[in-house]
Amino acid sequence: MALDSKTDTKPQTFKVIGTRPLRPDGIDKVTGRARFGADMSAPGMLVGLVLRSPHAHARIRSIDTSAAEALTGVHAVVTRADFGPLRDEGTADVLDNCMAGDKALYDGHAVAAVAATSGKVARQALKLIKVDYQPLPHVTDVDAAMAPDAPALHEGRADETVPAGMSGNVMARHEFGHGDIDAGLSQADRVLERTYRTEATHQGYIEPHACLATMNSDGQADLWCCTQGHYMVRNTCAAILGLEQGQLRVTASEIGGGFGGKTTVFLEPVALKLSQKSGRPVKMVMSRAEVLRATGPTASSSIDVRIGMTRDGRITAGFAELRYQGGAYPGSPVDMGSMSAFAPYDLENVRTVGFDVVTNRPKQAAYRAPGAPMAAFAVESAIDELARGFGLDPLEVRLKNAAREGTRASYGPTYPAIGLEATLRTAKDHPHWSAPLGPNQGRGVACGFWFNFGGDTCVSLNITPDGTVTLSEGNPDIGGSRASMSMMAAEELGIPYDRVRTVIADTGSLGQNEVTDGSRVTFAVGLATIEAARAAKREMCKRAAQVWGIDEDAVIWEDGAARPAGPNAGQHPPMSLAEIAAIASNTGGPIAGHFEVNAEGAGVSFATHMVDTEVDPDTGAVKILRYTVFQDAGKAVHPSYVEGQFQGGAVQGIGWALNEAYIYGEDGILQNPGFLDYRIPVASDLPMIDTVILEIPNPGHPYGVRGVGETSIVPPLAAVANSVSDAAGVRMTSLPMSPPKLLAAIQSGTS
Amino acid sequence: MSKIHVTTTINGDPVEYLCDAEDTLLDVLRDHLGLTGSKEGCGTGDCGACSVTVDGRLVCACLMLGAEAAGHEIGTIEGMAKGDQLHPLQQKFIEHAALQCGICTPGILVAAKSLLDHNPDPSEEETRYWLAGNLCRCTGYDKIIRAVLDAAKDMREAS
Amino acid sequence: MQYLSPTTVDDAVRLLSSQTGDCKVLAGGTDLLVRMRSGFAEPDSILDIKRIDELRRIAHDDGGWRVGAAVSGAEMGEHADLVADWPGVVEAVNLIGSTQIQGRATMAGNLCNASPAADSVPAMIAAGAVARIAGPDGIRDIAVTDVPTGPGKTCLKPGEFITSIWLPSRPDRSGDAYLRFIPRTEMDIAVVGCAVALTLDAGGTCTAARVSLGAVAPTAILVDAAADTLIGTTVDDTALDALARACSDAAKPIADKRGTVEFRVHVAGVLAKRAAIIAKTRAGGAP
Repeated sequence: MALDSKTDTKPQTFKVIGTRPLRPDGIDKVTGRARFGADMSAPGMLVGLVLRSPHAHARIRSIDTSAAEALTGVHAVVTRADFGPLRDEGTADVLDNCMAGDKALYDGHAVAAVAATSGKVARQALKLIKVDYQPLPHVTDVDAAMAPDAPALHEGRADETVPAGMSGNVMARHEFGHGDIDAGLSQADRVLERTYRTEATHQGYIEPHACLATMNSDGQADLWCCTQGHYMVRNTCAAILGLEQGQLRVTASEIGGGFGGKTTVFLEPVALKLSQKSGRPVKMVMSRAEVLRATGPTASSSIDVRIGMTRDGRITAGFAELRYQGGAYPGSPVDMGSMSAFAPYDLENVRTVGFDVVTNRPKQAAYRAPGAPMAAFAVESAIDELARGFGLDPLEVRLKNAAREGTRASYGPTYPAIGLEATLRTAKDHPHWSAPLGPNQGRGVACGFWFNFGGDTCVSLNITPDGTVTLSEGNPDIGGSRASMSMMAAEELGIPYDRVRTVIADTGSLGQNEVTDGSRVTFAVGLATIEAARAAKREMCKRAAQVWGIDEDAVIWEDGAARPAGPNAGQHPPMSLAEIAAIASNTGGPIAGHFEVNAEGAGVSFATHMVDTEVDPDTGAVKILRYTVFQDAGKAVHPSYVEGQFQGGAVQGIGWALNEAYIYGEDGILQNPGFLDYRIPVASDLPMIDTVILEIPNPGHPYGVRGVGETSIVPPLAAVANSVSDAAGVRMTSLPMSPPKLLAAIQSGTS
Repeated sequence: MSKIHVTTTINGDPVEYLCDAEDTLLDVLRDHLGLTGSKEGCGTGDCGACSVTVDGRLVCACLMLGAEAAGHEIGTIEGMAKGDQLHPLQQKFIEHAALQCGICTPGILVAAKSLLDHNPDPSEEETRYWLAGNLCRCTGYDKIIRAVLDAAKDMREAS
Repeated sequence: MQYLSPTTVDDAVRLLSSQTGDCKVLAGGTDLLVRMRSGFAEPDSILDIKRIDELRRIAHDDGGWRVGAAVSGAEMGEHADLVADWPGVVEAVNLIGSTQIQGRATMAGNLCNASPAADSVPAMIAAGAVARIAGPDGIRDIAVTDVPTGPGKTCLKPGEFITSIWLPSRPDRSGDAYLRFIPRTEMDIAVVGCAVALTLDAGGTCTAARVSLGAVAPTAILVDAAADTLIGTTVDDTALDALARACSDAAKPIADKRGTVEFRVHVAGVLAKRAAIIAKTRAGGAP
């Protein structure tokens, strides 16, 4: 019964969905009352700090913590020796990233931690820890790491997909596609071959990682932390520390941005261990430098593209080899990059090959559509160059090749109803596309795709005695999801939005919930919320039937009240939710609805971005003049927050395209671990970001919702590069397009 | 080592505290006084999440020592609403969805109020430059700028 | 660590001289506190000069302006007469960091921090500014050009600190300007900076000029050869091209995370030209 409505794609009318109510956590967040990761404290709390490797790659011969332990005010010191061995390789990598084992694998890798009565004492203690390092050769560039003689980080970790003879730093090989590339290329009027490069960028959330841990000797523990998934934190920490999952209760703080970067653990297992050893609560907060040196940036990439096109704009074949370094451990998102590279197009012949490479950099973490923006940068740049070379309209070329319902995607599945064509047609008709450009100005467009995820989801909806509703969900509210959940519950129950209060439950209050990732929350938690509301409605209909003395099948729920289904059910005045709630105790007890699901049918999402830039030919400076996002949201639950996702993703992509980059010296040390030289866009860098929301309903969601958070960062790298290339008259194939790089390209007439 | 005794005014209230010489004003606000609305995003004056006013002047609390606050008037986000009455900027931020995660919001509100105190009718460009020291990673600034300009308009009309 | 907050220059000199450990002078603190936070500076004491009234003033002095060492950039920007006389100096100071930084950062502190990329220093050099230094041996004045001796190094002797910066009187038909290149529009350290101060005669011919470059050498430099390209000209296109060449020739930068040698050399010339045009316009010359 639960998911029956999933196939119902007829246009629906809504009362609450699509409106713009005030978010329920608004006042807390504008008054400074909302409590984020670092805002919690506990009686008797200690301060925990981490000692980090100053080497890019080094064997740790020994660690002497005795002087630190002897310092007055120090209550615990931990190193890897305090953690037991782990069987699961993935979890072992997570632990090794949180606390180095026999090798420090990157600049900033944690090697020890202390808990002391103050930050001052803790800092003194860190200086007293003596680590005997044996520096080893290092490598930070993806192509250098794939060279046969490159310094190897791990021996024998490559999986069976990696061909013999490749560098030991290649961990996995992925391949996707169909058709015959050579045959396709032979039909082309032009075959373009290019290599594209992107640098690693950080998610750049403004809130550094923070947690407060209390772990008792009986194996019970409590943890407060900023995370995109407190169930993930619970399960991972329990595995690392040998705890039972049910004994570790994790509460998610308000979260100050994540963008994928808070989908793993860094401090949490260390804080728990320090708490266990000291017998005191331990709070840990990272500095910005620690965030940049030791938490997940995304992968850097090097991508070869080969695309054939006929002179009328038909793509005859597309091939890409993608090489991503994901830092010191396996797991770069090259698989998703390889799957998404050609996903917007309907191609007969398409193939992508991806290599997952390790280097002496921090372990990458998910970053908004992980792996896709770099792949789109390469493919969308090549398509743009081909289209312009033939004198064709780049939007027309994309329309000509656009994937649509029934297209076999380059990564395998056949698409149901999708919105790519709608975004392209809307872009073509938009005044932005025909607006005049001045000297040194250019316009670029690009498309982007993201899968969107569903996953394990569990919500509980309770009807209170006075007829208000509380909804418990298990995903931190990273950008307005309390509002959208309350809206979906209100819509389904037929009551006003402000009669529903959504809370983020701790791990002790709900079952398993997948991390807030893959743009899954509005889709999956929304779906579960709707189904939980439907369960509550069924129960309320049953109560009404009981009161009326009729069969429960003869009662329906409409406009917030139980009503007889038809004349045969008898004449009974409707019973509102509040009326049923008031007598719940006499009709069987409290009323609630809950729903648990591994949600499927997330519904892929597409966007087209259009951007105008102006290039200063004397300095290589780029100004963003105008930007418009066209994206399919399926159904925009709260349009303001949908627009916000579009705008935020576009601006992160602008930063990635122009100025953001991890800069490593020859010594393998990160040179820009601060917001001064890790340059995320500031307000004065930008114009308003215009948005056009398209709504092509997702057949997999009762209201047609698709995730929107990630797709918006996929097109901008290429859109900006295409625009800058147009303005500067040179094709830019390497990101970031920093002024020195762009000026050099302009001066040499080629990039 | 002896601590420094500081007497100051925060959001109009007289406040006394003891701090170490190296404690920043932000350390004092957050760790000693429980005023955690000011956030530490960088500790180096690059993100503006700890924006406060000192004698009406906008500063980063992370770039000022707690000891320096003696005798001055400190204003933080906690002092922006008057009782249960939100400041127009606070109200507009909620209405315009000018926050997503909300971590930069207190600092941006303090900075925006400082802007409107100096210039009740700022242009979009003036607003963007005034707020350039307040990083927001979620919104792309669009709705923030709109909320500030809208609040400024309402405040001008009300005065 | 000790926090010292004297209220007179004499007390400050006495305290500074009597400190046995590392004592850092605190003006705006926007560099010092960052260095302390990152562990690069661990002073035993801090001497806050902001409670010394005379260091908080902007005052007419000897035909020019004396700007106290504790005056913030924001206060300079709000001083209409100072802005009218030395717009280039004030705009350079006002480019240091954000609005928040402007609320604290001082011109003297920017000078003492001795970064080759300091924004206010080329502007002060072009303006012919003089730093007043107090110390155990009394007061001395020294040209701003001579204060920084290398990255992070100054000519200040132990126990000395800068109490004020003096900007000379502005001759008639004079103008100054400072431009810097940064990758974003705000919040960055100059990749290249250039200040031009010039004076025109009644006919629009340049009679005096000073050109200074930042971030292209271990300290900000005064480029006489660049000034010579302007003097005797109407600052026309030919002169501007020569100015650009002279500045590019004088630039001896390093390559680092913020820019390449080639970029800095080229952009030094580009900025010099653009700054000279602004300075000329401010001096009343034909645009």
